[in-house]
Amino acid sequence: MSKVVKIKKGLDIPIKGAAPKELKDMPETLRFAVKPPDFKGLDLKLKSKQDTEVKAGDVLMFDKKNNDIVLVSPVSGKVVEVNRGEKRRILEVVVETTNPGEIIKHQTKGIDGLSREEIIKLIQSAGLWPYIIMRPYGIVARPDDKPRDIFISTFDSSPLGPDLDFALQDQKEDFFNGLKVLAKLTEGEVCLGLNKKNPGFFDEAKDVRKTYFNGPHPAGNVGIQIHNSKPLAKGDIAWTVQAQNVAMIGKLIANGEVTFDRTIAFAGSEVTQPGYYKVKVGADLNKLLDHTNKEEKLRYISGNVLTGTKVDKHGYLGFYDSMVTVIPEGDEYEFFGWAMPRFKHFSISRAYFSWLMPGKKYKMNANMHGEERAFVITGEYEKVLPMDVMPVQLLKSAMYEDIDEMEKLGIFEVIEEDMALCEFVCTSKMEVQSILRKGMDLMIKETM
Amino acid sequence: MKSLRKLVDKIKPNFEKGGKLHKLHSTFEAFETFMFVPNTTSKKGVHIHDVIDLKRTMGVVVLALIPALLFGMYNTGYQHFKSIGELANQGLFDLFLYGLWKVLPIVVVSYVSGLAVEFIFAQIRGHQVNEGFLVSGMLIPLVMPVDVPLWMVAISTVFAVVIGKEVFGGTGMNIFNPALLARAFLFFAYPSFMSGDKVWIAEKADAFSGATPLALGAMGEPQVNSTMDMVIGTIPGSVGETSVIAIGIGAIILLLTGIGSWRIMFSALLGGAAMGLLLNTFAVNPFMAIPWWQHLIMGGFAFGIVFMATDPVSGSQTNKGKYIYGFLIGFIAILIRVLNPAYPEGVMLAILFMNTFAPLIDFYVIEANMKKRMKRAKVSTNA
Repeated sequence: MSKVVKIKKGLDIPIKGAAPKELKDMPETLRFAVKPPDFKGLDLKLKSKQDTEVKAGDVLMFDKKNNDIVLVSPVSGKVVEVNRGEKRRILEVVVETTNPGEIIKHQTKGIDGLSREEIIKLIQSAGLWPYIIMRPYGIVARPDDKPRDIFISTFDSSPLGPDLDFALQDQKEDFFNGLKVLAKLTEGEVCLGLNKKNPGFFDEAKDVRKTYFNGPHPAGNVGIQIHNSKPLAKGDIAWTVQAQNVAMIGKLIANGEVTFDRTIAFAGSEVTQPGYYKVKVGADLNKLLDHTNKEEKLRYISGNVLTGTKVDKHGYLGFYDSMVTVIPEGDEYEFFGWAMPRFKHFSISRAYFSWLMPGKKYKMNANMHGEERAFVITGEYEKVLPMDVMPVQLLKSAMYEDIDEMEKLGIFEVIEEDMALCEFVCTSKMEVQSILRKGMDLMIKETM
Repeated sequence: MKSLRKLVDKIKPNFEKGGKLHKLHSTFEAFETFMFVPNTTSKKGVHIHDVIDLKRTMGVVVLALIPALLFGMYNTGYQHFKSIGELANQGLFDLFLYGLWKVLPIVVVSYVSGLAVEFIFAQIRGHQVNEGFLVSGMLIPLVMPVDVPLWMVAISTVFAVVIGKEVFGGTGMNIFNPALLARAFLFFAYPSFMSGDKVWIAEKADAFSGATPLALGAMGEPQVNSTMDMVIGTIPGSVGETSVIAIGIGAIILLLTGIGSWRIMFSALLGGAAMGLLLNTFAVNPFMAIPWWQHLIMGGFAFGIVFMATDPVSGSQTNKGKYIYGFLIGFIAILIRVLNPAYPEGVMLAILFMNTFAPLIDFYVIEANMKKRMKRAKVSTNA
């Protein structure tokens, strides 16, 4: 039971700085953080206050609505910092350790020995529950829901995104175990989205529904895969889990072990030692970020260039991120830039010349290349969104906060990452992702 | 360039909040961002952006208009000297120079009056100055008869920008194409300056007939000008509308860069041809019998569908809607042109008319998308 879906719309942004498939040694880090802003849909409260001694696996924070959903410390040590932002909102809870290699042990009776409820309890207490995301709205799943299906994308098509087949080479068993665990959580199907050109070891998965996708980014986004294989209807709930986190859940239920380790890609034009690194979630990136161009002002991103989070050089790897990207900041004026040929810049628009040079890779910085304007140009979002969703109309309905219209236009089918390319190509420099998130927040408030 | 930047940085504080010239900050910003693409980097959302922006987009459209403008200047001279019977004595350069002398003031007046309004509104609203008028300011002179008094250009431009655009909230919010609105304003307010056979040729000799092919057609005497003349554009008409070749070059620029909608252009051509064929079939007078393809090169049809109908703001915004929108523009333009002799230039009215209906077309396209999605909901709940 498998079929091939051709994705025609979309864009593989030709950005410089891909990471070669080599596993490199991660410099030892002793500080780890959980960052509440990473978690959509949770209302987190701090449990382990500053200066508390914690063991690996101890609860740092918990969700106020459902106290069973917790964030745990990946290491044993002391809570050394609780960093707050506006309105005293907690941004980071930092734990410092002397033993970063610790493995957290949990009691388990194996996949077949546990009921659905027991599995959910174990995933929750191990602090892995937030890895299960629900559609619509891309928030942390609610344990009481019975998802229609569970979707997993096995490839990352985002700019410079990691090769998941390579990153999960030594965790194949864990990944397949994870699929078995997820199958017990849904009465529907576990749906795997594979890369048609290079499915990798994921192709060996059994008892799942496989769909092969062929085409440019965002073909690897799970939302695009859902829409193009088993689209959600109004009221449907599906769960999604990233491939690396499937392996983490599999290892927990099958062996009772959690390490929070994952293999990330370190990429971008300003990285001097690009490659793959084994890192713990939440790790301090400072030493890794030493391996970058020192001449230029840089932008450090936990995640990819479309959806990642800007971090300081002393920042921490996000809970969901499988890569770290470094690009030039580019905060410079450009003399009559809009009127220049700009051969060294990429544009999807043929108003510049990059369409004449296919295959060329570009060094891209964080400059906006223009000012924000009202919607003027039409038809450009449609070229990079492989969904039967009208992107501009959806965004407008989110702007004027019409719940009924948002729903009819399919806000339950998309999350930020699916429309991130729209933001990239936008002539009017609209903040597409944040407009969409505001719309989704309103939907959650009014309808859930 | 660096010293220029330094100078700008030095005077910039005067225009910022608390500065002496804060009242002019929109104006300052407009000039600053015109010269320098700002150094702002992304704060949230995507970290990289495409280099396309509205200035570039509008710049390309202005570039696409240049061939029509240059030919219009040449043709102004050509028509003038032809009418006074001295065509043989003038060189190409003389013709062009004469046209430049006549057309340039219209361009200047259009830009100055329009931009003045834009700057004032941006200042009052505390907005940035939008790029939209860069194109409108060039379109307006090209759809005017060359003999139009400059004060009329100014009035119609101000009317178009204020009533056509600013009252709706500026570029991106307008319902009608501002340049067409300027022309329509003059057409109805000062009809004697906008039609007839006097206005199309600068300083025309009285004895010479200066009627456009359309006017002649409406009077039942088509085919005074050869097809070749109409393609090249050496016929009387609005400044920029006569040469199909010059407009064609512009169309190629717009289509190649992807900035003009091929959906609209293509379906408008189709619509025009369809109406032309229909009229040919039921022809009862010589104008109706004009071969359908000749309609596509006559009057402002080519200019209208290439530069006016493709305005993304006032046109249909959905891809499916664009086919319907374009087709009806072509269809109605030829209909008005042939069957209502009071309005020889049907293209302008057809586009303005369809501007009104574009939101309605989009409404139904969007509705269809919604219905499809809601149907899915029903199917899955039944299953």
